[in-house]
Amino acid sequence: MNIWLVMLLGGLITFLIRFSFIYLFGRFEIPETIRKALHYVPPAVLSAIVFPELFLRDGTLNVSLENTSLLAGLVAILVAWFTKNTLITIIAGMVALFLLQFFL
Amino acid sequence: MSEKIKNFLAGARAEIPLLIGVFPFGMIYGALALNAGLSKAAAQGMSATVFAGSAQFITAQLVHENTPGFVIVLTIAVVNLRHMLYSASLAPYIASLSTRWKALLSYLLTDEAYAPTIIHYEKQGITPYAHWFWLGAGFTLWFNWQVSTALGIFLGTAIPESWSLDFALPLTFIAMVVPVLKNQPAIAAALSAGVVALIAYSLPYRLGLILAALVGIAAGTLLEGRKSSGRMLSPKGML
Repeated sequence: MNIWLVMLLGGLITFLIRFSFIYLFGRFEIPETIRKALHYVPPAVLSAIVFPELFLRDGTLNVSLENTSLLAGLVAILVAWFTKNTLITIIAGMVALFLLQFFL
Repeated sequence: MSEKIKNFLAGARAEIPLLIGVFPFGMIYGALALNAGLSKAAAQGMSATVFAGSAQFITAQLVHENTPGFVIVLTIAVVNLRHMLYSASLAPYIASLSTRWKALLSYLLTDEAYAPTIIHYEKQGITPYAHWFWLGAGFTLWFNWQVSTALGIFLGTAIPESWSLDFALPLTFIAMVVPVLKNQPAIAAALSAGVVALIAYSLPYRLGLILAALVGIAAGTLLEGRKSSGRMLSPKGML
């Protein structure tokens, strides 16, 4: 699929989601279970992307000191936990990766 | 000054503190999207069409991994589903507006526009021009998102390729997900999704991602249901 088509479809769907209940007001309510479930979308989706990036090297599991991405990722997780700051987390992770690749 | 303009400017003003976080975020997006292999036009175009920070970062990452288009579109849909909550929450306040107004305000309904707008409505109730506040907040965010994306794209072209910037995308996701892990159900959602993503990684079309997300969402929801009846434990979606 062409990237522009992906973006247009993605944009259209995003718009329809935002428009949904504003348009349907008075005709339909969000069921309680769905309302609850929506809160877990961010942790679930983001972890599903992050885990393979950290744990897999060339498609296979690599939990060792050689896996610099995993180590740098753990540093970033700690920094994110204590600072809650996006920019500082990214910089700390990049510096950690650079140093690990240099020394290990 | 007319009431419309007054409300518009009040909305714009309420948005300013949020821009401190949004502006660098937009710049990082612009630079990383370019690095992930999107053209300059596509990177900027996505800020106008999709207009949703986390979904745009994720799309850049998926493009970088040569993910099939339909999986990317599906992922964007899952990631942005939370906006249904905002839509439902603000719907009663603009029930009497024309469909054209409703469509315009819906397009501008991001996390960062929702926050000041719902606070305004809860304080002031429905006033004749309150929707101009929403427009002011939404437009201010939209404008800054486009400008910061452009700046990021501009800076991105100056960053040498040897810097292995592709790792900055997963780092961005770490920065987004960690603060959300405030309670057991959220942590369970993250861990179960992560583990399933590893196990299901070799599924075709990267469908493992969608499967992992659904398992994580289910795990969090089930755990919350068991732990509490009625009490809100959920993390606030601040993405």
